[in-house]
Amino acid sequence: MSIRDRLSGNEAIATAMRQINPDVFAMFPITPSTEIPQYFAQYVADGKVDTEFICVESEHSSLSACIGAEAAGCRAVTATSSAGLAYMNEVLFVAASCRLPIVLAVSCRALTGPININHDYSDSMAERDSGFIQIYAENNQEAYDNYLQAHRIAETADVRLPVMICEDGFITSHALENIELEEDDAVKAFVGEYNPENYLLKSENPLAVGPYGTSPYYMEARVAQAEAMKNAKRAILDVAADFEKTFGRKYGFFEAYKMEDAETAIVLMGSSAGTAKAAVDELREQGKKVGLVKIRVFRPFPGEELAEVLKNCKAVAVLDKSEGFSAMGGPLFAETASACINLDSRPKMVDIVYGLGGRDFTVKHAKRVFDRLDRIVETGETGPIYSHMGQRDQREEVQ
Amino acid sequence: MSKKASEINEQITWQEMTTGCEIYEGGTSRLTMTGEWRSKVPVWDPAKCKQCLLCTPFCPDSSIPVTDGKRADFDLDHCKGCGICYTVCPFKAIEWKEVH
Repeated sequence: MSIRDRLSGNEAIATAMRQINPDVFAMFPITPSTEIPQYFAQYVADGKVDTEFICVESEHSSLSACIGAEAAGCRAVTATSSAGLAYMNEVLFVAASCRLPIVLAVSCRALTGPININHDYSDSMAERDSGFIQIYAENNQEAYDNYLQAHRIAETADVRLPVMICEDGFITSHALENIELEEDDAVKAFVGEYNPENYLLKSENPLAVGPYGTSPYYMEARVAQAEAMKNAKRAILDVAADFEKTFGRKYGFFEAYKMEDAETAIVLMGSSAGTAKAAVDELREQGKKVGLVKIRVFRPFPGEELAEVLKNCKAVAVLDKSEGFSAMGGPLFAETASACINLDSRPKMVDIVYGLGGRDFTVKHAKRVFDRLDRIVETGETGPIYSHMGQRDQREEVQ
Repeated sequence: MSKKASEINEQITWQEMTTGCEIYEGGTSRLTMTGEWRSKVPVWDPAKCKQCLLCTPFCPDSSIPVTDGKRADFDLDHCKGCGICYTVCPFKAIEWKEVH
């Protein structure tokens, strides 16, 4: 039986962690950390969990402690944001290549500079090649549900990869929303016990983790890791199917919203989807065939499945909430365009970078994007493929 | 699943590698001769050696075997050619030669 409550995204994730009761939570206790360890510290103080709660001196250390704990055979978790995630950079790759199924909650926020604490995906997108599975949430319900699924995906035998559960900084992490929580026992039964085959504390089975791999071995190790990321696609769908059966809420690689007959569509991630759906609804009432795809799983990227959904569109706008500085579009555009490159007939495609450092994204903005897609369909001209939206600008907005 | 370290070699495919390159036994450095890295090699002269054993604790790679309080000739399997033994020997009983 679900429990109705109202929680911020941070408290929702902390609640999921309390229900799962991980063996180790290693965290850096001050900014740019999130409220997640703060809530969790209260659970520890109140005796609601028996987690080993380790306060370390940096995010590099918090993930390093998780690496040690997970290798030892524990279920290890941590949480961070922004510069804290950037500071983990080196050890993110270690966690993934050692195939340690750590779960890391990320409240996605801008990176300096200028100095800014607000939401965009500068931090998580900078780590998209780290080897972590990345799952994004539109709201606090999805953040909670994604977290409940994370450990099982990570610990799947032919996956064994760490997972980032990403929520939008402040927008999702701090705003209170209605939420359906699940019973503690039901969550524990769904997530299950962690029983790794090999671990450092298993005395009858000596183990060395993270060896030196010279050029005769590195390529093979990386191919094996890449295959594990491919396997994660099946694991993500399997766990989502069981989640739906158990708790009734449905998840996939992405949400295709009113895409069945859509001629133009927006592809984006996170909380902006709620805003863009309002625009889709308004335009649908006017008889326009518009739709939206909200990417939930960015790593592994569901390229084939996305191409299948987009192939009948005439024009598609990808909305990127991180710059990337490639001078030809953000990371979501690069992946979406790659996904569609071998379609026999593919939609015209543009990238719009928006919402950086917490810049607002409104229904009006989303409708302007659909207007632009209409013009692309009418004229057959894409215009500038890569542009920005929402900035003060002496140039006219790209239409 | 518990593949022996000796079965992990430069001929096996990625499918045969262990997950995360884990190694499921101890003492596996014996299987890998890292001594081939060196460009210079120490050569012991037993005639000049006074068995003071100063060289042994300085060797970072356990390349100087000691039995019953006496050193024997170098075990070069893991000697990186750092030259510390040659530097600390007070009796010039270790020569420092080019590897050819």
